[in-house]
Amino acid sequence: MKAKVYVTLKEGVLDPQGSAVMGALKSMRFSEVSDVRIGKFMEIELDADSKEAEERRVKDMCEKLLANTVIENYRVEFE
Amino acid sequence: MKFGIIVFPGSNCDHDCYHVLKHVFNQPVEYVWHKSEKLDGFDCIVLPGGFSYGDYLRTGAIARFSPVMDAVVKFAEAGGIVIGICNGFQVLTEVGLLPGVLMRNRGLKFICETVPLIVDNRETRFTSSYASEGAVRIPIAHADGSYYANAETVKELEEGSRVLFRYSTPEGEVTEEANPNGSVNGIAGIINSEGNVMGMMPHPERACEPELGSVDGCGLFESVINSLVKK
Repeated sequence: MKAKVYVTLKEGVLDPQGSAVMGALKSMRFSEVSDVRIGKFMEIELDADSKEAEERRVKDMCEKLLANTVIENYRVEFE
Repeated sequence: MKFGIIVFPGSNCDHDCYHVLKHVFNQPVEYVWHKSEKLDGFDCIVLPGGFSYGDYLRTGAIARFSPVMDAVVKFAEAGGIVIGICNGFQVLTEVGLLPGVLMRNRGLKFICETVPLIVDNRETRFTSSYASEGAVRIPIAHADGSYYANAETVKELEEGSRVLFRYSTPEGEVTEEANPNGSVNGIAGIINSEGNVMGMMPHPERACEPELGSVDGCGLFESVINSLVKK
């Protein structure tokens, strides 16, 4: 099984990297850009007995290690 | 009295801390490898600066699961004194001994320079030796030192006088211009509510000998040593 984990900054948390990229895009005349937020994308291969077990385990991974829930949200897609 | 310095793969200020405690302050000190599961006999544990586990994923995120960290948490919960410097501060926030998180610097650059700080609360076991008013000079060296916590947590820190160090002008004024990394309220160092766990981004161990340009880091180590002697 494969889990795709998206980790993104919570709303209101400053993202200096995103701001720098937005500045670059604007200077390249992509003037329609109004905001850029940079996050992380992880692909996790794993063995699990059931879909439920897989979801539970990946949620646990996100809570414990993959995201810092003080500043980040996470979302998981399964394949 | 014995100090322990935790060594993670990628720690690189462990020797500086050892040198200062051993040769400047003549204290018994030992390295503790991150695989160690016991901290028996230590009175103060230092988590040094560096790039534990290459800063992969987030700073301190993987070091926080090193075997020794369970022992550090137990040590802290039993009232032991814990100092986290730079990467050590980041590890302490990740493990939950201190609130908040250290994020990428506002200007995105790694900053390595000696900066002025004010000692905001001199009535803790980490700062009691800082007698005079005015700014102290201690180096910073980090890319991820922008302290962030939600508004409620920052309020708790401020109301509890738990901010120990703040970035300031050389005259000791806390201004946005004097804030090198975008930290909330210019926060450079904090303590937990029990007052036995401290984390700071500046490096006091790099400012303990006149040859290095500042001795303003001495106050921190002196304060801790004094508090242990009194105990």
